[in-house]
Amino acid sequence: MTKRTRRDVLVGGSAIAAAQVIGLPAIAQGKKYDDGASDGTIKIGHTNPYSGNASAYGNIGRTIEAVFKMVNDAGGINGRKIEFITYDDGYSPPKTVEMVRKLVEQDKVLFLFNTLGTPPNTAIHRYMNQKKVPQLFVATGASKWGQPKEFPWTMGWQPDYVTEGAIYAKHVLATIKEPKIGILMQNDDYGKDYYNGFIQGLGDKKGLVAQLATYEVTDPTVDSQMIQLKNTGANVFFNITTPKFAAQAIKKAFEIEWKPAHYLNNVSSSFGSVFKPAGIPASQGVMLALYRKDANDAQFASSPDVVAFKAFMAKYMPNADIKDDTHNYGYSVTHTLIETLKMCGDNLTRENVMKQAASLKGYEAPLLLPGIKISTSATDFYPLQSVQMARVKGESFEMFGNILSNESA
Amino acid sequence: MEQLLQQVASGLANGAIYALVALALVMIFVSTNHINFAQGEMAMFSAFICWQLIHWGYPFWIALPATMLFSFVIGVLIERIILRPLHTAPLLSVVVVFIGLLAIFHSLAGAIWTHTVKPFPSPFPNFSFAGSGIIGPHQIGMILVAVLILALLFCFFRFTPLGLAMRAAALNPTSARLVGINVDWMLALGWGLAATVGSVAGVLVAPVVYLEPNMMAGILLYGFAGALVGGISSPGGAVAGGFIVGVLENMVAYLGYMLERATGFYLIGNGEKLTVALLMVITVLTLKPSGLFGHVTVKRV
Repeated sequence: MTKRTRRDVLVGGSAIAAAQVIGLPAIAQGKKYDDGASDGTIKIGHTNPYSGNASAYGNIGRTIEAVFKMVNDAGGINGRKIEFITYDDGYSPPKTVEMVRKLVEQDKVLFLFNTLGTPPNTAIHRYMNQKKVPQLFVATGASKWGQPKEFPWTMGWQPDYVTEGAIYAKHVLATIKEPKIGILMQNDDYGKDYYNGFIQGLGDKKGLVAQLATYEVTDPTVDSQMIQLKNTGANVFFNITTPKFAAQAIKKAFEIEWKPAHYLNNVSSSFGSVFKPAGIPASQGVMLALYRKDANDAQFASSPDVVAFKAFMAKYMPNADIKDDTHNYGYSVTHTLIETLKMCGDNLTRENVMKQAASLKGYEAPLLLPGIKISTSATDFYPLQSVQMARVKGESFEMFGNILSNESA
Repeated sequence: MEQLLQQVASGLANGAIYALVALALVMIFVSTNHINFAQGEMAMFSAFICWQLIHWGYPFWIALPATMLFSFVIGVLIERIILRPLHTAPLLSVVVVFIGLLAIFHSLAGAIWTHTVKPFPSPFPNFSFAGSGIIGPHQIGMILVAVLILALLFCFFRFTPLGLAMRAAALNPTSARLVGINVDWMLALGWGLAATVGSVAGVLVAPVVYLEPNMMAGILLYGFAGALVGGISSPGGAVAGGFIVGVLENMVAYLGYMLERATGFYLIGNGEKLTVALLMVITVLTLKPSGLFGHVTVKRV
């Protein structure tokens, strides 16, 4: 009995002591901090595959690191330097869990930013929400990151695959007479998200899909699938593939002289790794939805954000291949975070970071296409929801039509 | 009917790639009894070397022999430097070394040439001919090269003293040593030849699947399947096995689709290609462990 009382007294006493040492002066100056934030620094955690099969995405992590270096060189955000801690998870979910626990429990970061990949983020989704540590602007287009009610600590960034799939379906219905649709799909969550969005967009016209041909990432080529699709007599082709397979599919369609209206997912919107390898003549007319500028595209060469991006690349990542679109992505998403942190001011609690991330109003992040803006609210955790249709013309994209949106969720 | 022909042709073309990889696996297996898990990554690395030479402005027909020579030297060096000290080590240690090599070549290629997908020129002229809608010139080229390399290797082992010495060293090292053959060097030579065959496979496959560090990951699996189905101890069997696996995987998808159209239910299709290839490996290994065309080896214990 006495023992318990004594402990209660001790616990209570130390809490008061702690409040006196840390809490009170902070409140006195109007500053509020959670773990990972202080007068001098903001600690941000990140995981990325720097090794293994998905290591091509490692460049996103390197770009983010370089952008923060640039920010720190210029004095930081609201006078605080960014301490960016990034670990290699090899795109392996168990490894992600291990690294993220380390980030949250040992490194004590304020929040996680742009952790990469649908499977890795799925593995830490619940943990982050239980710990109430923000999992901000994740690097995946899955549609499940925008559920503020169930997962108030998680937010995506790019237009989600379901939205994009639905936009293509609506475009097909609006522009093509008597469509007969063939679909090539990577047989995993990413592919199915796009497929489901597309089917949703077709509504009661889903009978227009003549064939769905799938491929596995272990398949060396998609030649066999392309032959099947051509033989259905489809006049519309929805190409849900990652860059290497996208290039193969475009090339094979050209070789077997199949000329449908060709819709390609945004995942493979790169000249460097898709259209050039597939062959520029073979790629003509391929349509896709874009939300970012291709920094190598001559039509944007004089935009201030592209000029700034190129200067950044030259100074902070001189050895990187600017044709690689992952740098462009990393630059744009990191600026969205910088904007959020600026809005946080001196209130660097996890709650306020989430609150400010959900208060972006028409923010035009660098490298977004003209007219595409980032907006969020307490009930809308999808920062980017608009896209611009474009087609490959010569060696660049030709935009056409209006900005398209499809309310997801 | 046209689709059936296209599917068979595309299967044969893919089969040619598997055949070359399988052939490289067999080359190392017959001389050392090991299966080299790094074979695919070595082939990928060779293809990058060739790409780099072409990128520097050398014509393809100079870059290719240079790449083959380079790969041969790398193969010999790996055997002499890395595997030599493991001659008496348990099998598991060797396997770990192979996996280590795989990771090293993969990361090295990524670090030097980045992971961006790169186009690779086809060495064969691009022209149309009767039936070019069914099979392209590069596909025909791959099939011919696979058969040509098999013929060359056959002649090398059958008709040259060096080939005979290599066979002797693999078959009976003790006796071979007694008649004056340098068995150690024969093993290194086997590695060099395997790396050379692999480099040709890499250079031929790169125009089809595009050059990047992950290029060979899926192909190696099918190459294994080809080698095991045909017989891991028989070069001819490995090539045949590669072609069989290539055609079979396309037939699975084609027949599955036809079945679905006729009966309305999905039984098998594009998703089951690898499953069928691996099932075939299990079936063949269960019924005829040495593979369809392999020799049965008898060991006295």
